[in-house]
Amino acid sequence: MGLAETGMTIRVAFKLFASLSDHLPPGSRNNRVELELAAGTTVGEVIARHRVPEKSAHLVLVNGVFIPPAARMTHRLQDGDELACWPPIAGG
Amino acid sequence: MGWNRKLLRVNLSAGTCTEEALNMQWAQDYLGSRGLATKYLVSEIDPKVDPLSPDNKMIMATGPLTGTMASTGGRYTVITKGPLTGAIACSNSGGFFGAEMKFAGWDMIIFEGKSPKPVYLYVENDKAELRDAADLWGKSCWETEEQIKARHQDPLIRVSSIGRAGENQVLFACIVNDLHRAAGRSGVGAVMGSKNLKAVAIRGTKGVAGIKDFGAFMQATNDAKKVLADNAVTGQGLPKYGTQVLMNVINEMGALPTRNHRDVQFEDAGKISAEAMHEKRESDGKRHLVTNAACFGCTIACGRISEIDKGHFTVKNSPKYWGASGGLEYEAAWALGAANGVGDLEALQYANLICNEQGMDPISFGATVGAAMELYDLGVLSKEQIGLEAPFGSAEALAKLVEMTAGGEGFGKELALGSKRLCAKYGRPELSMSVKGQEFPAYDSRGIQGMGLAYATSNRGACHLRGYTVASEVLGIPVKTDPLTTDGKPELVKAFQDATAVFDSAGICVFTSFAWTLADVQPQLAAACEGDWSMEKLNEVGERIWNMERQFNNAAGFTAKDDNLPPRLTTEPAKSGPAKGLVNGLDKMLPKYYEVRGWTPDGVPTPETLARLGL
Repeated sequence: MGLAETGMTIRVAFKLFASLSDHLPPGSRNNRVELELAAGTTVGEVIARHRVPEKSAHLVLVNGVFIPPAARMTHRLQDGDELACWPPIAGG
Repeated sequence: MGWNRKLLRVNLSAGTCTEEALNMQWAQDYLGSRGLATKYLVSEIDPKVDPLSPDNKMIMATGPLTGTMASTGGRYTVITKGPLTGAIACSNSGGFFGAEMKFAGWDMIIFEGKSPKPVYLYVENDKAELRDAADLWGKSCWETEEQIKARHQDPLIRVSSIGRAGENQVLFACIVNDLHRAAGRSGVGAVMGSKNLKAVAIRGTKGVAGIKDFGAFMQATNDAKKVLADNAVTGQGLPKYGTQVLMNVINEMGALPTRNHRDVQFEDAGKISAEAMHEKRESDGKRHLVTNAACFGCTIACGRISEIDKGHFTVKNSPKYWGASGGLEYEAAWALGAANGVGDLEALQYANLICNEQGMDPISFGATVGAAMELYDLGVLSKEQIGLEAPFGSAEALAKLVEMTAGGEGFGKELALGSKRLCAKYGRPELSMSVKGQEFPAYDSRGIQGMGLAYATSNRGACHLRGYTVASEVLGIPVKTDPLTTDGKPELVKAFQDATAVFDSAGICVFTSFAWTLADVQPQLAAACEGDWSMEKLNEVGERIWNMERQFNNAAGFTAKDDNLPPRLTTEPAKSGPAKGLVNGLDKMLPKYYEVRGWTPDGVPTPETLARLGL
């Protein structure tokens, strides 16, 4: 039985910054929304569910740690995780 | 040719302006701007000279691509021995001043000696003369530019000047051009002030002549511009959000130095971020950000132009600050904000405006305030000594201290010395968050390990623009590396340092390197400049410049023990975020760095390295 079929849920903070903030649900504040997800949900699933184009989710961090593109569909979120995404950006 | 082949030598003691031929052999070896001007400086001054004495020299220099069709080709550099550090100072600025110098027919201007009275240099193409600046002394950079343009009845004159901070020899005073662009770091403005040189005003109408192969140059610059336009960072991210977009990124990664590096995450980072600048304020319903802006020839346009809340306590009685003006950029927002725990965006913009108006580096100023606030928090400094209450997070203290520092009033005179001297004076030298006397910029090296090595070995003291490994460790440019490990960082730091020296010396903006590599710069230089400008040559030139700067610092008295970080970063672990529990692993990186540089274990270039680089 997969984690999703257990009926267990987790709470995750989903944060979209810069131009990606347009993909947050209406009423979201401070670039974040709290999500209740089925246990076992992956980073890639959350990004896709919010219709963030794959190539626009350039910098993806879970609790501040970079998740490479190849790992996003397999990296399962944990209760209390903070998932944050940015488009291609830079500074100095 | 790229170069105008001539320089202007201004002897301020004698009041003379003399034309000289540019040393074209040196141009082949050191390219221009940062590299070539440093070659002149190290050849002409004693490395042990007092930076604020008449025997120090100050050079304003363009590169071969400055003023040309190359994107971002508007940069110029100020080279001198820095008063904040005692090391080589090399401060780069955009805007339009550098291109104007080129249009007037000059590659660089060397200032030597000291004028007996305040003067400004006026250059109109081939004509150059020193003018009396008695009535400009005491004026801000903004007033100085306005008055010079009015005096000469020419609104197209470009001006670089010092404000009251430079006149007062604030050790982190900068030189401001075009109102809000600055040769910002290391106190180059204090050197200018020590020479009684208020401003340099230039009008050039010659354009840039002598491009070696004009057809090839147009093709190369167009190709390179397309790379910038097609790149998501330089084509979209930077113009829309500016450098400030990093505030939330770096905070999320646990690498945002907060409250004098006590913490690595700032609870109010969101309030002072690029996203906040785009949102409507609750107070007046207006957005802080008005528009973006570009320097000469730039096809990126990362600059921020903002409008402060007119009802904010800092400006409600000062209408002159109500108009749209420069800022906030990431570094200034961090240094004025997170570094001292202030989360009031309008207060940060006010402090930034004063830094622009009076010519002061907001990084070193903000970080020095952070050190003072920690001394206040520890009870080392009292309200009576500072003249006001200065707890972490006080926007009121920030606003007052910026005025006091620029104006040389009260405790501001102590802040004007920078954090190293301030903390040493009060018996807590370990609380200065600096390297070689220059304050850190906005990245905590416990969360971005490579930056610890980049800071420790930067030739101008702590700096992000000598080797910006953040590009790789955070942003994945050109390849993603793990910010939490030291593996591979010595090689990475060296590669960034050498390549950056070439970008700087060409006369273009280092921000192009978010999309360009040296392989994009090379065809532009090869088409513009006579001589061999192969990739191999460019790599060699970058390494040569780095070693030349190092040699100067070593001769000035610096040793391997100065390639160090404050103990806080190597002994106090990060308290939160991904780097929680980590300190910077400088000791794991430095020996390898010396080895890949071809230096001895004591950080001295070996005879073989010097011979290989022709030094």
